[in-house]
Parts: sequence; C-alpha cells; structure tokens
Amino acid sequence: MDSQSKDPASEQIYTLNLGPQHPSTHGVLRVLLDLDGEFILKADPIIGYGHRGHEKMGENRLYSQFLPNTSRMDYLSGMIYNHGYVLAVEKLTGVEAPERARYIRVIASELNRISSHLLWFGTYLMDLGGFTPFLYAFDDREQILDILDHVTGSRLTYSYCRFGGVSRDIDSQFIDMTRAFLKRMEARWSVYDALVTRNVIFINRTRDVGVIDRELARQYGVTGPNLRACGVPYDVRRAEPYEIYDRFDFEIPVGERGDALDRYLVRFREMEQSCRIIDQALDQIPVGPVLTEKVSLRLKPPVGEIYFAFESARGLTAYYLVSDGSTVPYRCHIRVPSFGNLNVLTEVLPDTLVADAISILGSIDLVIPEIDR
Amino acid sequence: MESIIASDWFRLILGLVIVLAFSQLNALFLVWLERKVAGHIQLRPGPMEVGPHGLLQTIADGLKLVGKELILPAKADRKLFFIAPVLVFMPVLVGFLVLPFGPELIIRDMNVGVLLIFAFSTFTVLAILAGGWASNNKYALLGAIRSVAQNVAYEIPLLLAVMSVVLMVNSLSFGEIVQAQHRVWFIFLQPVAGLIFLISATAETNRAPFDIPEAESELVAGFHTEYSGMGFGLFFLAEYTNMFIVSAVATSLFFGGWQGPFGISLGIPGVFWFLLKTYILIFVIMWVRWTFPRVRFDQLMNFSWKVMIPISLANLVITAIIVKLV
Amino acid sequence: MSYFKEILQGGLSLLEGMAVTFRRLFQPLVTVQYPRKKIELSPAFRGHTELKIFDDTGTHKCIACGSCERICPSGVIKVQGVKGQTKGAKVATLYEIDFSKCSLCGLCLEVCPTNTLRYSRQYRLVGRTRRDCVIDLLEQLRARVDGRLTEAPRKDKKDSQIAA
Repeated sequence: MDSQSKDPASEQIYTLNLGPQHPSTHGVLRVLLDLDGEFILKADPIIGYGHRGHEKMGENRLYSQFLPNTSRMDYLSGMIYNHGYVLAVEKLTGVEAPERARYIRVIASELNRISSHLLWFGTYLMDLGGFTPFLYAFDDREQILDILDHVTGSRLTYSYCRFGGVSRDIDSQFIDMTRAFLKRMEARWSVYDALVTRNVIFINRTRDVGVIDRELARQYGVTGPNLRACGVPYDVRRAEPYEIYDRFDFEIPVGERGDALDRYLVRFREMEQSCRIIDQALDQIPVGPVLTEKVSLRLKPPVGEIYFAFESARGLTAYYLVSDGSTVPYRCHIRVPSFGNLNVLTEVLPDTLVADAISILGSIDLVIPEIDR
Repeated sequence: MESIIASDWFRLILGLVIVLAFSQLNALFLVWLERKVAGHIQLRPGPMEVGPHGLLQTIADGLKLVGKELILPAKADRKLFFIAPVLVFMPVLVGFLVLPFGPELIIRDMNVGVLLIFAFSTFTVLAILAGGWASNNKYALLGAIRSVAQNVAYEIPLLLAVMSVVLMVNSLSFGEIVQAQHRVWFIFLQPVAGLIFLISATAETNRAPFDIPEAESELVAGFHTEYSGMGFGLFFLAEYTNMFIVSAVATSLFFGGWQGPFGISLGIPGVFWFLLKTYILIFVIMWVRWTFPRVRFDQLMNFSWKVMIPISLANLVITAIIVKLV
Repeated sequence: MSYFKEILQGGLSLLEGMAVTFRRLFQPLVTVQYPRKKIELSPAFRGHTELKIFDDTGTHKCIACGSCERICPSGVIKVQGVKGQTKGAKVATLYEIDFSKCSLCGLCLEVCPTNTLRYSRQYRLVGRTRRDCVIDLLEQLRARVDGRLTEAPRKDKKDSQIAA
C-alpha cells in the first residue's frame, strides 16, 4: 500500500501465499509466489508445519517400538517404509526373514506402490479440475486397501512387517483377492487412457509443463518417477536390488522430456510393472513360516551403522541407523525423496503461470509429512 | 376487471412472480440434479437421506445457508461486496422475460429478444469482477481478472454463432426464430454454429471445463472465496439459473424451441417439449463438467481466437452468401 | 490441413472420455450407505485390545506382569495386579488403555506371555471427553460376559489363517 502511494506508476509484485491451507498443496505445504500478473517470478517453498520429530522418536525407543512410526511419515506408502525399516534393522542385526515372508512383503509393498500411484493419479486430476477420475482411481485403490486390510487389519498405517518376517500369514482368500485385482486392473488401464491419457485438455495441461532436465534433477537430488521421467533409468530396486527384487522380471519405465506428462506416463507404466511383479511373486511364493522364531522385540543389534536405501513410491528413501550395542538406536536418520523433489520447484516454477504451478506441484507427487517428519 | 388482467402492468407483475418462483425452484432442482448426475457418473448414489432420493437435500442446504452469518472481510468494499451477488442475479431474471416457453408462454416477445438476453448476460462478468474486487482477497482478485479475460474470448464466437441463425430468420425475436424451425431444427442446418454456441455457453456460465474464474484447485474458490451464507448462495443459484437460461436459449435457437422434432408434436404441449430439450442440454453440460479437467485460461483464449472465432466467422459468411443466393 | 486434423482429433478424444463417463451412469454403484448397510469387517481387523475369555478358566489370564506396559511405544497401557491365593501368581485388578494415544501397532499382543490379549471388533467408538477414550478392559470383559456388549461377528480362527 505504501509503495503505491509513493509511486503509483511503479510495477508492484503480487505476493501470493499458496498454502499452508490450500486445496492443492496436499498436506501443509506453503509456497510463497511472487507474481507478475499470473506469471510466477519466484517460488519459495516453506516447509516444517507438520514436524513431529520422528527421527528423534527413533532415537529414544526400542527398534521395535519405532515400527508404527515408519508408516506415518509417508502415509501413502506406509508399507514400503515399514518394509525398508525392517530390512535395515535386519541387515544391521543379521536376522534373516523366511522366504515366504519375503514374498509376502514384496507383494504388500508393490500393492502399496500401486495404491500410492493411484491416489496420486486421482489427486493430480483433481488439481487439474477433473473430479471423476479421482473417484475411479479411489474405487481401484479401495480394492488394494481391502486386500491389505484383509491381511494386516489396517488400511493405511499397516505396521505389518516384523524383524524376521511379517506379523500375520496370508490366506488363500488374500491370494484370490490379489489375483482378482490384477485381472481388474488389466481392464482399467484402457478406461484411464480413454478418460485421461488421450484427453486433449489433459495433454495440453501437462505437455511441456514443468520440464526438469537430467542435470537439474541430479543437482537437486530428484529421485523416483520424477527422475525416471527425465530419462534416467535409476530405480533402487534394480540398481541395488534389496529383498528379492532381483528374482523378478520387470522394466524400468523412463520418459523423454521430463515434463508433467512424462511423469504421469512413467507412474502409469510403473503401476503396470508392479502388477507384473505381484503376479510373478504370487506364482513363486513358497510354503513355510512367516516369522523367524527367535527374534525378540527387545532387539540388540551389534555396534555398527547402516545406510539402507530402498525405492518408495516417491523415490529413493533410506534409513541411516547407528547402533551403540544397546536396545535403542544411537542415531536414526531418514532420507526422504520428497525433499529433493520439492526443492527443484524453486527452479521449475519461475516463468510459469499459476495454473501451471498447480499442475507441476501435482505432477511431482509430494507427501509433505515425510519432508517435515 | 378485464382491463386489469389484460393490462401490461398486470402481465409484468404476474410474470415477475412466476419467474422468481420458477427460477428459484428450478435452481434448487438443478443443484440436486447435478449432484445426482455427478454421483451416478462416479458410481455413487449422490444425496439420498433428505427426502426421497435426497430431493429435499438442496432445500435443507439452502436453509442452512440462509442461517449463516454474512462475513465481511477486513478492508473489503462494503457496498460493492453486497451488491455483487444481487447484480449477478439481476440479468438472470431479465433473461426469463423473453424466453419462449411455449407459443403463448412468452412474457414479452420483443423484436430484440435475442439482443436483450445477450446484452444482459454480460452483466454477470461485471458482478463477478465487482465481487472479486470488493473481497480484498488475492485469490478472489485473480479469479475476477480471469473472468474478464475469459469474457472477451467467448462472447465473440457466441454472438457470431447466434448471428448466423439470426441471418437465416431475419429476426431477433425468439418467437419468430422458433416458428422458423417448424420443419427442420437449425442444429441440422447450422451444426457448426450450434456446437460453437454450446462451447461458448459453457464458458459463459463458468462451467467446467471453463470454470477458470473459480478454479477451486488453483484459486481456492476464485471470485467468491470470501462470500459466506446467502452471498455465496446467490452466486451458486445464479450459476444454475444461468445454466438454465443458456440451455433454453440454445433450445430456442438451435433445437426448435417448443416444437417437436420435424413438426411432429405428438399432441404434447409445447412447453413440455421446450423444458425436455432444455433439461437434456443441461444434462449434457453437467455430463461434460464431470468428465473433463479444466482448461488453462490462455488455452481457452487460444482456442477461442484461433479456432472458434475464425470458424464461426467463416460460417457466418457462408450463411450470408447462401441466404443471399436462395 | 493439420489445423483441422488437430481439432478433429481433440474433439474425438473428448467424445471418447464422455463415452466412458456415460457408460458409468448405468453401472451398479460401488458405495454403501453406511449406517443402513455395513460391509464385513476384515478378519484381521485391529480394534482396541481386549482380554480373551479362556474356556478352561472362564475368564482372562492376565498376570499383570507389565510387559505390555513396557513395550507400548505410546504409554497407552496401565496395568495393576495383586498376588492371588494360588501359587503366588498375580491377577490383574486394573487394565486400562488410553485409546486416544494408541497407534494399533500390536506389540502388546506379541509380547504377552499368557497370550491373553486380542483385538476387539468394536469400531464405533465415540466419546465426548478424553476420559471416554480410556477403556477399562476388565469392565469391558465383564460387559461381554454379561452380554451387555455385542460386537461384529468374528470368524473362527481356522477360516482366516489357512496357509496357501
């Protein structure tokens, strides 16, 4: 107001506070936008609203007591986080999970990945103004949640994996439900293609919008589907195979241009690949125990440290655990993919329109609570 | 006594009362219909609890809105802020004056009826601009500005499309335009103009995929972000009444108004034909809304200037030549 | 020419999308009107914990050892017990959980030496105060025995844990 009264002719910058409460910021993200008309001059993401101190919590409780926390950082891929944490501790301690449990974990994690991508698909379309694909995606996602609910007893924060196995064996009904789901999804891809992927409005909203090139992605530590959309075939499941991912035949889908449409297509093809992995795992799954008997809940890993990376739905995630030989970790640090993915926005958003900013923000697939954790 | 009934004033007042009652009830019904259509498209039932199949749901919602506090934002322009929702409803009511519901059911069959309706419908933009500006809210202002920018883009093709029909009938009166479609509806003679009219009309009513001024995922609620209670309610009802009006205009201009298809009326009164066709068009507009993502506003303008305006101009010229020759 | 081709292709892609949504109009609904219709609970459903009733004793077997109290990450559980008459084993006199803090990890079930805990199938838990979130499991056990408390049907364990 002051500058206006001094010099009415001078151009003013319009500062728009996108969030922390905004329909499209998915969690409590705040982005300060400097606007010239609707063009963005500068974008400044501000994080930390959802800080709960998960890392600190990891350092003052038993290894097993941290299990429920793991699915509450990235609540959309809770199973994968849970899985990764258990793998990290198992490797630190030298516990081996039985074969059957490993297959169950992979099936559950990949189901979780599909459910996360489906939710992303729905909310992205909602960001772009299409409400109906959101509910179709949720219909499919419900099937996954029902399957996981059937075996874990929970729909979002699973806490299913245990050191040396999983907490509950799967039954024949689980396998039938999963097979039925895979069959259902085969018919669904064409529906999504007709409704969204080929839609001219959708293509115009995403093609060449928010281009991230390889070099920029490397500088900011962008990982996951966002990195693969730039044409870099990096997937932890392939680069450093963990669990039993080396036993499955799957492709790493990559994009060409690194724009929002490529990110969309990469995620879609990833869901198909996840279906393939689940299909193979269901064929190969052996009979046997699902939990090693002797693992105590008061686990005492030997002195040492571990950095364990795995591929969550959003990219490279890692647990760094330091053990001083006691029942409580000395240090617990988590590398989350959304942090790098978010900060690349400071480079991508300038010179785009507000409408595009929403499209880009959505295409990056952020889960803010995992950044704030 | 007879002179009173026949008098113009009586007709006007009676018309106004009927129009007010009809427009409100119709808007409430359309809100319910929209929620049902959206629901069934999305494989869910929509409102079910209040009344049979949720028919009374919108009345309950309306009562709730009436009971809510009208919040005036700090530093808002008080007068403009409260005038805007009224302003948005006014042109809507004027539209009903000239709509030909049936052969005898026009309040006023003016010889400039078409002109009147489009002249007044532009007021909506003014109301949106006033509301967005007066709110003293950044999102509302952006929404208001977008609305004006968008208005320029769709009004021209809209009027050009209408002009080709007007050229064929050589009249601006709705009555005469409908009469001229006694044998063949104009949608068959003017398919391009009809399509352009429908696309522009969707933009005119700020409906998805052209709901750019209120783009809820970008601008929270756009121009009516700061409106609460019945202030919001009026914007909301105006949107649905507007939808009815553009559909009714489309029915009159392109789909034969109160006439049955190809002169076959099946003994059904004209007003039913008219309402049937209007509601089918409204359904199409709803169906479109629940299918597509939103267009970016510069894309709408590109589409308008590069596609709709050239094509509708060409269509108009061709129509003029044919009319001249025949 | 490509100008018209683009318009045509775009228009067709829109029609294709509209066909998808139109077909859905006539498909059966996938949602359930909740309080009128209910869907079956998962066999693994994790409600709050409750004490099992054993056939041999007719009641629970909680010995108030406090293992669950110690393993609970959120400090939800409060157990007190007194020495019983027989052989000096303790018997629980108080078992309370503050369900508002529970994250349903299930560690208490796994650590229990007498295996006396299980998940309840109560999912309609409503309270007006924080105190309402505190569930007295012994009282809840008595209510179940008296038949004052009914719950969603529980399938027999044999059905739900078949090895594939």
